[in-house]
Amino acid sequence: MYQTDNLIKDLVKEYGSRRDSLMPILQGIVEKHNYLTDDAMVEVAKELDISAAEVYGTASFYSFLDTEPRGKFVIRVCKTITCSMKGKHEVLETLEDMLKIKVGETTSNGIFTLLETNCMGWCHKAPAMLINDTPYTELTREKINEIIKEYMHK
Amino acid sequence: MMETKKISKVDLIFEDIDPREILTRVKGMSATEIIEEVLESGLKGRGGAGFPTGMKWKFCSEEKEKDKYIVCNADEGEPGTFKDREILDRVAQKVYAGMTIAGKAVGAQTGIVYLRGEYKFLLPQLRAELEKFHKMIHELGFDFRIDFRIGSGAYICGEESALFESIEGRRGEPRNKPPYPTSSGLFGKPTSINNVETLVNSVIILKYGSEFYKKMGTQFSTGAKVFSVSGDTPKPGIYELELGMSLLEFVNEFGDGDTKAVQVGGAAGFCVPRKLFASTVIGFEGVPTGGSMKLFNSSRSMYNVLHNYLDFFNEESCGQCTPCRVGCQQLLKGVESVKRGESKSTYIDELVKLAATMKVASKCGLGQSVGNAFNSIVENFREEIIY
Repeated sequence: MYQTDNLIKDLVKEYGSRRDSLMPILQGIVEKHNYLTDDAMVEVAKELDISAAEVYGTASFYSFLDTEPRGKFVIRVCKTITCSMKGKHEVLETLEDMLKIKVGETTSNGIFTLLETNCMGWCHKAPAMLINDTPYTELTREKINEIIKEYMHK
Repeated sequence: MMETKKISKVDLIFEDIDPREILTRVKGMSATEIIEEVLESGLKGRGGAGFPTGMKWKFCSEEKEKDKYIVCNADEGEPGTFKDREILDRVAQKVYAGMTIAGKAVGAQTGIVYLRGEYKFLLPQLRAELEKFHKMIHELGFDFRIDFRIGSGAYICGEESALFESIEGRRGEPRNKPPYPTSSGLFGKPTSINNVETLVNSVIILKYGSEFYKKMGTQFSTGAKVFSVSGDTPKPGIYELELGMSLLEFVNEFGDGDTKAVQVGGAAGFCVPRKLFASTVIGFEGVPTGGSMKLFNSSRSMYNVLHNYLDFFNEESCGQCTPCRVGCQQLLKGVESVKRGESKSTYIDELVKLAATMKVASKCGLGQSVGNAFNSIVENFREEIIY
């Protein structure tokens, strides 16, 4: 459970309470809290004076607007063809080994979530992954090791 | 056989120029003069669909509404393209200049860049560049403001009307057309939505003139194009090349000596096998592309390629219309069942018919183009799909 009331009010202040304010508001919540709780979506619905179903309907359409609990760092490994040809499998294996979770799971300490994603525009530097908003490319086991260790200490 | 050009590299998109000079000149031009110049150049949209840019601007300029929008489509999601990211990263000012020119041409005061969520890391630098740009056009006396909207990981939002829905705070589900965006686009207002690269091309045309621009490429595909090259190639990356070369020329330049197929235009594009390299023209008269060029060598299984694309479409179909939603699922399940031997190999022919139905019955470009990759891979690599 996280406290979103003030955050949502602040986001409404920044982006307004029109229907087209919805995406920036939801993105703002995810940026801060990694995912959208039911309570947060209900609260947003109240602020924008639309039904909670509209908010959930919109949020659930977008793969980056998670409505399930996510860790502090969401790792998205590209699974589209070039990354798949250039070693996506090893990338996932390395991450699963290090984090002791499978794709779709979150570490028990709530720090990392491991997901797959579709082409993110780094085919010339495959394989690639995103950690929150930051892209990492030309991944090798060694590189992933270093990157994840760095995040473990954040 | 169509006439083809030799491969020819140019450096215009990433050329370091001061947009102030061009915008000063544009300030003194009438909307009609700008549109005429772009029409004359023959520029077609660089996002993949290839609609003549000058026509789009002309239609939008003819609308009587007071509020109009220029939207820069930076939701570059087609597998294998990454050129718009590179353009925004290196020459953002030229993208903003293109939007300002479009704004002057159609009579819009507001521009919006819709940037895909995967490129959000670029935002701080893009905002800093925009601040400088706003200051400059303010000095020049332009009444034009640009803002950003960020996507949240949905391929379909690259479709123009889905993109509008997303900005308006809804599910990114494409709208029926007509009405077209030039009469009823973002917030129901006349909107010119152009790809990142198209906008930069308009800057090039106004700097060097349409006569210069037309000398590049072919009669039907004027100008140059930024290609995103990936896959089995010793030199993956971004290359700006004149349109109209044969695929054979391209493969000779970028292949690893063992290229068996090239997927031109991404997952929504066409797979061209080796035997057709020489007769395939890269351009609007041949195989069009938003820039995605993926090379596959003989070590690759085309079943895996097809499966990967179908899995992609199955996830990214918005689910709104039945032909696409169910079609994508059934194509994926279909090739899997043939591969496992659960369905006869002739079931492939049924799937080809399904893809044809999707082409005519789907609401938007996503469902309509699934058959491109499906049919071209199945036709040319049938054995690999079955066995």
